Amino acid sequence: MSVSRREFLESSGVLLVSFSVAALAGPLAVAQGPFETHASHIDPAKLDSWLAVSADGTVTAYTGKCDFGQGMFTAQTQLVAEELCVPLERVKLIQCDTSVAPDQGTTSGSQSTPVNFNSANLAQAAATAREALIALAAKRLGEPDNQLTAAGGLITGKTGRRVSYGELIGGQRFNLPLNPSAKRRSLAQWTVLGKPVPSLDRPALMTGQFEFVHNVRVSGMFHGRVVRPPEVGATVASVDENSVRQVPGVVKVVVRKDFVGVVAEKQYQAVQAANQLKIKWNPGIGLPAQKTFYDNLLKQPSRDVLMVDSKDVEQKLTAAGTVVRATYIYPYQLHGSLGASCAVADVRPSQTTVWSATQSVYPTRSIVAKLLGAPLESVRVIYVRGSGCYGLNGADAVSFDAALLSHAVGRPVRVQLSRQDEMAWENFGSACAIEQRAGIAHNGEIVVWDCESWVAVRGGRPGYERPGNLITGLLAGYTPETVTPHAAAEPAGELRNNANAVPSYLAGCIGGKCGGGGSVRSERVLTHAVASPFFTGPLRSPVRIQNTFAHECFMDEIAAQVGADPVALRLRHLRDPRIIGVVKAAAEAAKWEKRASPRPNQARSGTVSGRGIACVAYEGHNGYAALVAEVTVDLASGRVQPRRFTAAVDCGPISNPDGLRNQIEGGILQGTSRALLEEVTWDDKRVTSVDWETYDSFYVGMEVPSVEIVLLNPTGVPATGAGETAITVVPAAIGNAIFGATGIRLRQVPFTAERVKAALQERRT
Amino acid sequence: MSKISLRVNGRVYTVDVDPATPLLYVLADELGLRGPKFGCGMAQCGACTVLVQGQPMRSCVMPMSAVGQDEITTLEGLGTPGPPHPIQQAFIEEGAAQCGFCLSGVILTAKALLDEKPQASDQEIREALGGVLCRCFTHVRMLRAIRKYAGTRKV
Repeated sequence: MSVSRREFLESSGVLLVSFSVAALAGPLAVAQGPFETHASHIDPAKLDSWLAVSADGTVTAYTGKCDFGQGMFTAQTQLVAEELCVPLERVKLIQCDTSVAPDQGTTSGSQSTPVNFNSANLAQAAATAREALIALAAKRLGEPDNQLTAAGGLITGKTGRRVSYGELIGGQRFNLPLNPSAKRRSLAQWTVLGKPVPSLDRPALMTGQFEFVHNVRVSGMFHGRVVRPPEVGATVASVDENSVRQVPGVVKVVVRKDFVGVVAEKQYQAVQAANQLKIKWNPGIGLPAQKTFYDNLLKQPSRDVLMVDSKDVEQKLTAAGTVVRATYIYPYQLHGSLGASCAVADVRPSQTTVWSATQSVYPTRSIVAKLLGAPLESVRVIYVRGSGCYGLNGADAVSFDAALLSHAVGRPVRVQLSRQDEMAWENFGSACAIEQRAGIAHNGEIVVWDCESWVAVRGGRPGYERPGNLITGLLAGYTPETVTPHAAAEPAGELRNNANAVPSYLAGCIGGKCGGGGSVRSERVLTHAVASPFFTGPLRSPVRIQNTFAHECFMDEIAAQVGADPVALRLRHLRDPRIIGVVKAAAEAAKWEKRASPRPNQARSGTVSGRGIACVAYEGHNGYAALVAEVTVDLASGRVQPRRFTAAVDCGPISNPDGLRNQIEGGILQGTSRALLEEVTWDDKRVTSVDWETYDSFYVGMEVPSVEIVLLNPTGVPATGAGETAITVVPAAIGNAIFGATGIRLRQVPFTAERVKAALQERRT
Repeated sequence: MSKISLRVNGRVYTVDVDPATPLLYVLADELGLRGPKFGCGMAQCGACTVLVQGQPMRSCVMPMSAVGQDEITTLEGLGTPGPPHPIQQAFIEEGAAQCGFCLSGVILTAKALLDEKPQASDQEIREALGGVLCRCFTHVRMLRAIRKYAGTRKV
């Protein structure tokens, strides 16, 4: 990765962009593009920003969506190969380098497929290029373009005459705008997309040759470590630089307000210096007791949003024959990346380069510029894969750490976080409390549903403007986004169910227009954002997994209350055909036995078994999943063992079924770990989940349940996200299966053996 | 600092480091190897696993002073993309990775077990991998790949 910028560009085929700083200067547009991108020096409206064809016919494509293990590199390579009708191996994809790739904001939120695989951006660029090449060939061959066929990087006419892409455009710009009406190849024509192409990184990964950001080495590079505060909110009183004078190789102690780091020649020297550096800290802010945290969460001032309100909820609840109510609790959870985060920064007087595993190269570039007081155009961020992230791990923070330390020593610095740095200070998945009430008519129909949720938030992705949303920025003197309490406005516009705050069974009507997935028309959903003592961020299926846990367990409680089959009750109240489709497909594949839960006549000792279902229309319309979980519960220990999962997923046309299955399998088991084990803990001063002994996770040696997957592959609909749909339904499906086995309803994640055992004992007494 | 020689992937290297330096930093920083990775620094996750005389060891907690002349094998010491070692081949065929950060722990631990005990049961495989983490949870495919490799060993 120590190639020079020029070498890099030359090797990428064509010199597309001028890199003189002068050429990049000038007003950078601030208009918000789709998914909060900013216009950059690379204009996404121009075809040449996305694609280049070299003289030998190699296609170099540039994307702002990166691969961190979810398979985007391979899928995007397939996309370009498909639309351009070239073999896969002729496509060279450059991902997320701010010197050559367009600004596509953040790779997150299950947005990459919708953004790049439908009718815009990378897909549209490739389709535009194919049509442009055919037009050029028509001219060259003197045949009408509708008589030409493109295949294998060649365009052939009816006469059999042919011309290669390299001959037509090799090494030159297209000088064309992206054509919004360029025709995508149809599913029936697909030869590369839609196939289970093996992920292109496999041979290098399996043989230890793949370059992770942890492996980036730059000549003249030093090693840095940071020293985070001992308590949440602690500030620096003084730093005794002399305390590490005796440590060999120490280059510098760097202090910027409450940010402290050390730089040394070798990594182990930096570790020793960080351990030995004497710092006097002012005490922290103190933390609320974990035991009563959720009770207090409901009492805090909050920023409220009223998603839907039919205004008749209280009246209908009073009139209803039966009212069911329950409160659900979801804990803070960690991204807990396997590798503690790492980055390399090389800050020079006129130019800065950062090698980063951030999912947001352009926002990271903006924040680094801010932290250094450097012009935006002087900063280049190059994405290099880190350890699997699942949202916002320490990758962004460590990139800022590296920039600050390199800036202080004038040399490239590699920063490796310690395990404790990573876990104690990452942006946790939000803790939530969710209250549900429903009224049921005598015929078993749900006539009214009321849902009120409290979500703890602080900071988040820094975006382009907020360094303080992460620990490094906060320590360096910036403030995080916090909650400004205000009352909810009346719902207006169309229902936007981005965080799945609205259960799928609600009609979701605003001003007469109903955007929900279900039939319940007396409805109210009110959300409260509450200030969190810890940083929070978008952990895989952010707030969607929490809300879906509450909605789908509650639906099960209603089913049990009225003695209905949980699948049948769902189908009775769903209207969206695609969520109905996945529920039916999962139930059928699992050979779902139609009856009410729990299973009757269960044993009172030994091991019992049960099944549960949950479903979601992810973000309302961005992917659909249903999951049947089958578990056994050991009644003596309370230990829950998942035995079999059956998932049905509909994410529109599938780009790569193997990659999709990999995401679903991993999502289901990750969700299992989070449902059964994972919870951040703290004491009165600090986070106490700081390693794998203080934060539980399933290991590879766990007893792995069978995972069966049904992929629906509808045509005539756009591609949706796929990485977060399956995990979203796991805690609810498992919770419902535990109920199915034991009749015990657990309303707090994780369902640890201790909690299950305590609930079983409570029933006995 | 002391000059210390070590044997890695069939070659002998001499490095000049503090003898207390963990082996991992020498492999990654001095030798530029990419297989073993820093996960936790406390032998809790397996990302830094190497084979020492065929036995899986956590290189993040193994000081250089304890390494001696034992033969060290890293993930890249098993095979290359052309040709990979049979267990790497099994992982390639099964697509048994997402981010891939855990692979030194998973592949080397499984290989060591099956080399010593080709008939290892599923239970024994699970026990061996009881301290190896994969946070992408690619377990289904990894176990399939390991069983595939075990199949080739049993013959």
